[in-house]
Amino acid sequence: MTETVNLTIDGQEVSAEQGKTLLEVAREMGKNIPTICFHDATTANALCRICVVEVEGQRVLQPACIVKAGAGMKVQTRSEKVIRARRTILEMLASTMDLSEAAEIQQMMIEYGASSERFPDAERRESEVKDDNPMYIRDYSKCLLCWRCVQVCAEDAQYTFAINFDGRGFETQIGTFFDKAIPQTSCVMCGQCVGVCPTGALKPKREFLLEQGMSPSEISVMNTGRKQRKPR
Amino acid sequence: MSEIDLNPLKPAIESFIPLGRSGLMPALHAAQKIYGWLPEEVASEVAKSLRVPLADVHGVIEFYSLYYNEQVGQKFIRVCTDPACALKGADGLLKYLCKNYKVDAGQTTDDLSLTIEQSPCLGLCDQAPAALVDDDAETNISRNFRSYDIGIPQSLVYGSIRELTINCGEGTTTLAKYGEYSAYKKALSVNPEDIIAEIKASGLVGRGGAAFPTGIKWEGAAKASADQKYVICNADESEPGTFKDRVLLLDDPHRTIEGMCITAYAIGATKGYIYIRGEYPYIVPVLEEALNEARMAGYLGERFDIEIRVGAGAYICGEETALFESIEGKRGFPRVKPPFPTTHGVFGKPTVINNVETMCNVPLIIEKGFAEYRKIGTEKSPGPKLFCVSGDVAKPGVYEVPFGVTLRELLEMAGGVTGKKALQSVLFGGAAGAFATAEHLDVKMTFEDLRAVGLPLGSGVVMVFDETRDMRDVLQRLGHFFAHESCGKCYPCQMGTQRQMEILNRVAAGKTLPDDLIRLQDVGWTMTEASLCGLGQTAAGAVLSAMKLWPALFESEKPVLSKVKAIKVSRVSKVAKVEAKSAKKSATKKAVTKKSVKPAKAKAVKSKSKKTTASKSVKKR
Repeated sequence: MTETVNLTIDGQEVSAEQGKTLLEVAREMGKNIPTICFHDATTANALCRICVVEVEGQRVLQPACIVKAGAGMKVQTRSEKVIRARRTILEMLASTMDLSEAAEIQQMMIEYGASSERFPDAERRESEVKDDNPMYIRDYSKCLLCWRCVQVCAEDAQYTFAINFDGRGFETQIGTFFDKAIPQTSCVMCGQCVGVCPTGALKPKREFLLEQGMSPSEISVMNTGRKQRKPR
Repeated sequence: MSEIDLNPLKPAIESFIPLGRSGLMPALHAAQKIYGWLPEEVASEVAKSLRVPLADVHGVIEFYSLYYNEQVGQKFIRVCTDPACALKGADGLLKYLCKNYKVDAGQTTDDLSLTIEQSPCLGLCDQAPAALVDDDAETNISRNFRSYDIGIPQSLVYGSIRELTINCGEGTTTLAKYGEYSAYKKALSVNPEDIIAEIKASGLVGRGGAAFPTGIKWEGAAKASADQKYVICNADESEPGTFKDRVLLLDDPHRTIEGMCITAYAIGATKGYIYIRGEYPYIVPVLEEALNEARMAGYLGERFDIEIRVGAGAYICGEETALFESIEGKRGFPRVKPPFPTTHGVFGKPTVINNVETMCNVPLIIEKGFAEYRKIGTEKSPGPKLFCVSGDVAKPGVYEVPFGVTLRELLEMAGGVTGKKALQSVLFGGAAGAFATAEHLDVKMTFEDLRAVGLPLGSGVVMVFDETRDMRDVLQRLGHFFAHESCGKCYPCQMGTQRQMEILNRVAAGKTLPDDLIRLQDVGWTMTEASLCGLGQTAAGAVLSAMKLWPALFESEKPVLSKVKAIKVSRVSKVAKVEAKSAKKSATKKAVTKKSVKPAKAKAVKSKSKKTTASKSVKKR
């Protein structure tokens, strides 16, 4: 039988399986702890910090996605501190990148009363759309650096190692070896990075073209170099 | 690009191939030594030889400031513009250089003879203003480079006791002079558990900033079962205002090595690393020589040996888990803790990592015995402590004192504030520290007393600002520092350091927007509470303390200070002093002529490449 631990989350006593994270336990209780970088298919890095919760006795807020439920823990998932941290992180995100296609984050912003205008005169991370291969486009203006694409490209799934990081700090961006176009990298076009991207920064090429207003037949011409054969 | 000759590369990186990915940073250093930068073909060859994915090699090159994926000048001048150097006119020096060589900071001359860059703290704050010229420290630079010292920097050592610094101040102490490793020999005659008990009883806590009890750390690693354990000496001293480890390693490398030997014996480690910051290239040969001496004498060898790892310009690598990643050949991203290094350190193995000064305390404790050691300092903060005194004081340098000395006593030892001016404030503990004022002069410098008044001891930084200094300028520089050094992993720090810098820029310009104060507080608070590692958690410390001390600074128009006049006075006196002092120094003094570098037209930004030197300079200030 699996061992269990007893803890308190938002004043509610709960018995949790040993080894489960606070996020898992809270979700089982029906609580909504927001996450951005967390994904079931990737190793949790606890880097977005949007899932932070207050754990009594801890010096600083704790990321629920990796902190394991412990016996006697007293956890608050929506304290004033938690809300202040989440709101500020969301506001900084909105001042940094294009969240227009990140519906979940827009929802979080409403929930936490985060203003997208909070940081006036703030430098944004903007870049041109990279359209260098037939399968997907990369629009890093929309990238919030959740790392999932790099993770699935590497040890979390495909072991392809086509992408890594440019720069560091605020200037970080996802990049290839010496900024090579995707077809010149080890990319195998598996599409998993596109699948785990939460913001539309990575998008199937066809979806991108359709959004640009191209019709399916125009796209077909582009792909094959000839018109669709007319039905007889 | 096709003319790059890869032949010299192979023998240069051969010895790193068996290390695999862990050999990446040493291999890149070796490659850069040959080519001056890291062209694509070279990076590609290194990747192939070490069997590291190309994209990952690229990620590493991009992370570290001292690796270049663009051609740079044959001569590379890095001028420190962080607070201690700024007080002594670093901005003017940089401007002068740029004007003289007709090149912007962060750019390379057209003829590829020279690159000039603004640099974060070079750990030469006691001899400010300072620069790093290729692998040489250029210190005590007078106006327009009329005079300066170049080579290995001097060690200015003062204080009321000489325990850790007994061999410091007169050049490198060779093994012959250091004598046998008597503490190590004594340690080997007892059980490892007894050594750990001795360290625990001594009350030694880490001197790198976190003040974690050293004995408890060792015990954790000793108890962990593993086929391989490691001892690491953290010499990635990069906290602005900190330079004590530079002095300890340059002047008395054997004390650190002996400390590491004792640590290794206590925890059962067979392999050690000294990770030294890339901005201390002149220490590396000194350390290599000392390690060789220790090997010849039989202190290092089969039982335990030490490898030097050189960083490449990333403050974050002073964070212990980021340092592990760096040794493993990765970007210096800090890991989530737990698990802790004592069970999952470098290469996932139990590791003890201690700061240089901590390591230097170890032989002292074993030699004296804990009871005798505890007679130094106070009950709760036993032992000697090194303070890095810089800024507006008469005698900057490393000060060794027992814990419990007051700030006033320390400043008196240092000859007081320069030019008979009044004290405005002291940046205490480093960029990640907090500001103290005259009110704190009589606080005893112990962990407990400082904690009571909300001042972190940090890495022992005491940077003094006189009454004429504009603290907004200091804050702006701290803001720049953290924005430049954030690794970018966790959101609060990645974006928070940037937003903090932007607001501090407005504060410094006297052009704040409504609500900037609240914004700054929210950003600072969020970084402190929600960041992943110690960098983010302390990146707002000094700013938040300044907001409490001087709220008006953050709201009002920029005041007109009598600053210019004041600087002039101190600069004149500084030059005179430097010239008098430098006569008796071993470091060679050069005339201002820079023959090797011809003034040339500024190189146009190479527009086809995304990462030009110029755009890199934006990233790196």
